[in-house]
Amino acid sequence: MPVRSALFDGVRSVLPLLIGVAPFGLIFGVTAAASAVGGGLGYASSLIIFAGAAQLATVQLLTAGSAAAVVIATALVINARHLMYSAALAPHFRDFPTRWRLVLPYILTDQAFAVSISRYDTDTDPVYKRWFFLGGAIALWTTWQATSVAGVVLGASIPESWSLDFAIPLVFLALLVPALKDRPSVVAAVVGGLVALLAHNVSYNLGLLIGALLGIAAGVVTERVAT
Amino acid sequence: MNDWLVVVVIGLGTYAMRLSFIGLLGTRPMPIWAQRPLRFVAPAVLAALVVPAVTLSDGAMDVTPLGNPRFLAAVAAALVAWRLKNVAGVIVVGMGLLWALQALG
Repeated sequence: MPVRSALFDGVRSVLPLLIGVAPFGLIFGVTAAASAVGGGLGYASSLIIFAGAAQLATVQLLTAGSAAAVVIATALVINARHLMYSAALAPHFRDFPTRWRLVLPYILTDQAFAVSISRYDTDTDPVYKRWFFLGGAIALWTTWQATSVAGVVLGASIPESWSLDFAIPLVFLALLVPALKDRPSVVAAVVGGLVALLAHNVSYNLGLLIGALLGIAAGVVTERVAT
Repeated sequence: MNDWLVVVVIGLGTYAMRLSFIGLLGTRPMPIWAQRPLRFVAPAVLAALVVPAVTLSDGAMDVTPLGNPRFLAAVAAALVAWRLKNVAGVIVVGMGLLWALQALG
């Protein structure tokens, strides 16, 4: 049955990536449960937002007492990369039934995008395409939900002296290093990091947002100068 | 605004961005001027999250190994991320070194 084999192909293609997703989910759950935000809302964000880096930043900013508008703007800037994924997938999803085009974006992630877009070069049948995406994306979604719940349950029993909150910047670091692909992206990171550091005392916890926006601008300018 | 409402608004905004081209804008390609900045979202945002978290200690900059062991632990973890490209390895090395330095300090 082609539908089932496409679904399983999707699941199989993300299996190696789950090794990276699982500890990230656990750490998110543990830190949310230990923070002022709490495990309940922390876990709810896995269902409602379903984007790890944005969820961690949201918990961090809410714990620090940031203004709602700053938390929302910061999380949406972090997730803005999904516009790019949506644009790249749109031609492949064009002829899918409407309910597929409404549901698949909810489970769209960095990893689901990466495995699908590379597979779409060789497998061009629209039925294969949608079941393959569904298989990979559901495997990632299930892993994220299960590990963030497990983290929330574990979180309450982990003593503060373990400094587990340090795992958050470590996860971001593990994502940051491979993102430094060329000179403009290194400049974006250096400017983003330094500005966020210098601006850490700016009111409403705007430092992160200012750093991110200036870092993005610096990357664009560097690329323009180089070409 | 309450924290739950903040999370719901972020969730709706994120879904809207994921849906954007797939659901509404059809097959119109994304203009280049919009693609360029998006390429730098990941490095800029992640560095803005990491740098203050590992260089500040009680709100002041401190990168000495015993004053703020998080900085040295993060440098070692960055090397692991660069050489091994393995998230679990980065966490193990970073947390292990932090605990070792805290035990010394």
